[in-house]
Parts: sequence; C-alpha cells; structure tokens
Amino acid sequence: MRQNGGQMGSGRLSMKMHTRQAMIAYLFLLIPLVFFLGIRIFPTIYAFFMSFSVQGEDGYSFGNYVRLFHDPVFWKSVLNTFLYLIITVPLQLAFGLLIALGIERVHRFRWFYRIVFFLPYMTSIVAVSWVWRLMYDSNIGVLNQILKTLHLPQQGWLSDPDQALLSVSAMLIWQMTGFTMLIFLAGLQGIPRQYYEAAEIDGASKWKTFWKITFPLLNPTILFLTVIGAIQSLQTFTQIVNLTGGSSGTIGGPLNSTSSIVVYMYKQGFRDFNMEYASAITVVLFIMIMLITLIQLKLLNRNYDA
Amino acid sequence: MKKLKISNIIVHLLLLAGVVIVAFPFVWMILSSVKSLPDFFRFSFWPEKLDFSAYKFIFEETEFFRWYWNSIVVAVIVTITNLIFCSLIGYTLAKFQFSGRKVIFLLILSTMMIPTEMLVIPWFVMSSDYGWVDTYWGILFPGIMEAFGVFLMRQFMSGIPDDLLDAARIDGMGEFKIWWRIAMPQVKPALSALGILTFLGNWNAYLWPVIVTSTSDMRTLPVGISLYGTSDSTGIMWNTIMGMSTLAVVPMIIVFLFFQRKIVEGISLTGVKG
Repeated sequence: MRQNGGQMGSGRLSMKMHTRQAMIAYLFLLIPLVFFLGIRIFPTIYAFFMSFSVQGEDGYSFGNYVRLFHDPVFWKSVLNTFLYLIITVPLQLAFGLLIALGIERVHRFRWFYRIVFFLPYMTSIVAVSWVWRLMYDSNIGVLNQILKTLHLPQQGWLSDPDQALLSVSAMLIWQMTGFTMLIFLAGLQGIPRQYYEAAEIDGASKWKTFWKITFPLLNPTILFLTVIGAIQSLQTFTQIVNLTGGSSGTIGGPLNSTSSIVVYMYKQGFRDFNMEYASAITVVLFIMIMLITLIQLKLLNRNYDA
Repeated sequence: MKKLKISNIIVHLLLLAGVVIVAFPFVWMILSSVKSLPDFFRFSFWPEKLDFSAYKFIFEETEFFRWYWNSIVVAVIVTITNLIFCSLIGYTLAKFQFSGRKVIFLLILSTMMIPTEMLVIPWFVMSSDYGWVDTYWGILFPGIMEAFGVFLMRQFMSGIPDDLLDAARIDGMGEFKIWWRIAMPQVKPALSALGILTFLGNWNAYLWPVIVTSTSDMRTLPVGISLYGTSDSTGIMWNTIMGMSTLAVVPMIIVFLFFQRKIVEGISLTGVKG
C-alpha cells in the first residue's frame, strides 16, 4: 500500500487506480446527475412539448403559437418587457458607475455609503415593493403630498396607464443600482494604480484619464452587468405583481400597461390555468434569454481574441 | 490641496443626496408602521402619536411568524444542500479523471440558461402528481443544487494543488474524507460567498413559492406578505403591511451590518468570476 502510494505521489496513477477514481467520480455525481436531468433538463423538454399541445385538443400543433401571434396582450407584454430593459439597464449601470466613482474618490465614510446604497438590493423585493406602492398611492402617497406642498400638479403614478411602467422602472433602478455599484467598485479596484500614476505624470486631465483608462478597462464589467441586467429585466415579475395586483388593481394593470412577459405567463398559467398556452410564452422567453447568452459568449470570445 | 478638498466635499454632498433617496423608503416604511390608519388619510409626515396596533395585530391575528419560520426552514435547508452538492460536484469535476467529464460539466452548465419561469409549469404538474403541493419539499426541491454554484466551486476547486490531495491518499484517507477534510477548508471564501447568495436568493424567492403553496400555513415570508396585501377586500391595511415589511426587512439589515464585509466580498467575488 505504501509503495503504491509512493508511485502515486509522482503524479501518475496506475491503471487500477484510474478505474477506481473514475468509479468514485461517477458515484459522487450520481445524485446530482439525477437531479439535473430530472429537475432541469426533463422539465425543459416537457415544457417544449406542452407548448405544442393546445388545451382541450388532441395531438401536437402550432395552435398556441398562432394564438400568441394574434394576441394583443401578449405583444403589449413583450413591448413592455423591452421597455423595462431599455429604461432600467442603462440607468442602473450609469448610476452604479457614478456612485462607485464617487465612493472611490472619497476617503471617509466609504463603508457607510457602500452599505446604504447596497441595502435595496439585498432586502426583500416583496416588502420594498409594498413600501413603494404606498409612496406612489395617488391619494395618500408621500410623492403626491410632496408635489402638493411644492404646488406642483399631482400625478397618477401607478394608477395612470401612461406613468405606471415608468413608476415600476424607477423602483427597479432603485433596487438594482446597489448591485451594479458593488460590481463596479470591484472592477475599479482591479485597475492597477500604475496606470493612473503614469497618466498623472503625463499631465492627463481627470476627464481624459477616465475615458482613456478607467472606462476601457471597465468594459468586461460593463458587459457582465449589461447581460445580467438584461436577463433580469426580461424576467421582471415580483415587483409588478406587488405594485399592481390585488383588490385595488389588477396584476400588470392598469390596462396591461405594466404587464411583462412573465406576468402574462403567470396569469395565463396560474390564474386561467391554461398551462399549455403559458408554456408557449415561456418558450419565447427562453429563446430571448438564450440569444442574449449567446451574444454574450460571442462578445467575450472576441475580447479574448483581441 | 485646498481645491481638492472642496471637490471632495461636493462628492460627499452628491453621495449624501443619493443616500437620502435610497434610504427614504426604509425610513418611510418604519414610520408608516407606527401610524394609525387615520394618519394615512390625514397625511401627516410623522405619526400623530406612536401607534403599535399594527404590530399587535400582526402578532395576534396573522400567521406572520409561521411564514417567517417557513422562510428560515426553506432557506437554511437549501443553503446547506447547495454547499454540499455544489462543492462535491465542483470538486469531482475539477479533480477526477474520468470519461464524460466534459459532457457532464457542459450539461450542468447549460441548465444555467433555462429560466425558472419555464420550469415552474412542469414543476407544478410534477408536484401535483406526486402530492408535493403545499409541502416544504415542494417549495425547496427545485433549488437543492444550482448550476451556478457548481460552476463557482469548480473554479475554486481547480486551484487546490493535486499534491495536497495525493498526500492524503498516501496516508490512506478515503476519497469522501479527502473532499470533506482537505478540499473543503481550502475553498472557504467561495463557500461563504455561495452560502450567502443561496440564502438571499431563497429568502427572497417569490414566483415558485407563490405557485406551489396553497394554504396560509405553508407560505414563505414574501408570499405571506404579498397575499396578505393583495387579498384585502376592504382596502389595504397600510400600517399592518408596513409593520410586516419592517419585521421582514429590519432583521435582514442587522444581519447584513454584521456580515457586510463577507457579503460584499462574496458578491464582488462571484461578479468578477462570473
């Protein structure tokens, strides 16, 4: 046994040890494989098949997809989802970067700023959604009270179909900025000091230093945050349900003005119990997320090539 | 030098303005929880007088603490299973030679692309068939392990020197023990990052728990608050909901203050690695 072990220490495994190792590896991976196949892969395939069967009909068809194509509420939800993405992702990145740059600049109270700005990201989405709902309330909300004190016209916020989506977006940005800030801070700390020192010696202005050094070196961070932000905004659900649902409103309301793809899926699948139709909606979502992931992989590869 | 100081003060002022905007909802939440209902309609910034009836109501009339308990149970169990399984899988994929290694890794990794939203329908059908609806098992089975955790742990396990593991083998240590006693202590930072992220994710999970629970008994904290808020037929009891939110959020903030360094490091770590 000892002798055998001595051989192993030299880095080469005997044939017998090799098979033994492989057996142990398969043993360790047995339960995980069953899990990933049974709880991830198989349900995915199941959802695909389900999306091709129309409720109340036999066999497989494109029925759900044809219906989706002619469903105005679905298109409205898709459009809204893209609006959430276009509004929230650039702003949460911009604010996150500005705050991170500010924190990098100051020397005192760094930890304090970092904690406070990060709070919204780590607290319960449901709880804070209700707080925002109270603040937005057009009768008793604090926002309208502030406008009133300033003698400005009061707004409908969540109850106005033209403002509801923006109101939801504001909360999404408020929540996500803490996360982008944190990742930007990590990214900024990863930039070698020497670059800045060299720029200073060359007499480069702060502005120029930012655009020529900081920004290009943050590119991978920006790409990462854009992809994460895009995928998350495509899946927006919890905030919308809690800001708009219930006895005083309908989920995704008013007039579907805040409905997202996932909100519409939820209503179809778990309110109207047309799970086949809901599956078709999730397949569309799946394809969108896959496209974003593939674009990301492509961009990352290009970065490595360069 | 003096000029620099002034610009520093401006940055501080801007950051403080941001702090006010970011922190206001939390202040408002706590203030609103100690107002009486008429205060809301009278609109007073501060409560007329402190009114704790919302908290009394939460303690006596709702199942709030049952929801709290459910959330803790689910989040703790899922965190433990993720730490064990993800690290074991990551270790095996990083440190063992066997055919199919790459295929298995790619198979697990590919599941990262599948959105939860697509899986909840099959999971619900499955749970209905097997009687898992409205049980702890039903809430937590989809989260037992995550591809992201496997990916993270594999990265870190790769960094462990082979000699260290071989030395333990020479000493006659079993493979399972080598993973647990030798490999695991080497990746502690990654484990705490994964633990924190998993706990937070499950603590805040909403979509699946709202689908798979049907009785008030089995609701998790977010589901409980949400359904309490939306199911009111007589109008929203704002002070009660703000009280529930406060009770849900404030302990989390306190825990965060204690572990803030670890949490911040963990999220930065995964962000940079991911």
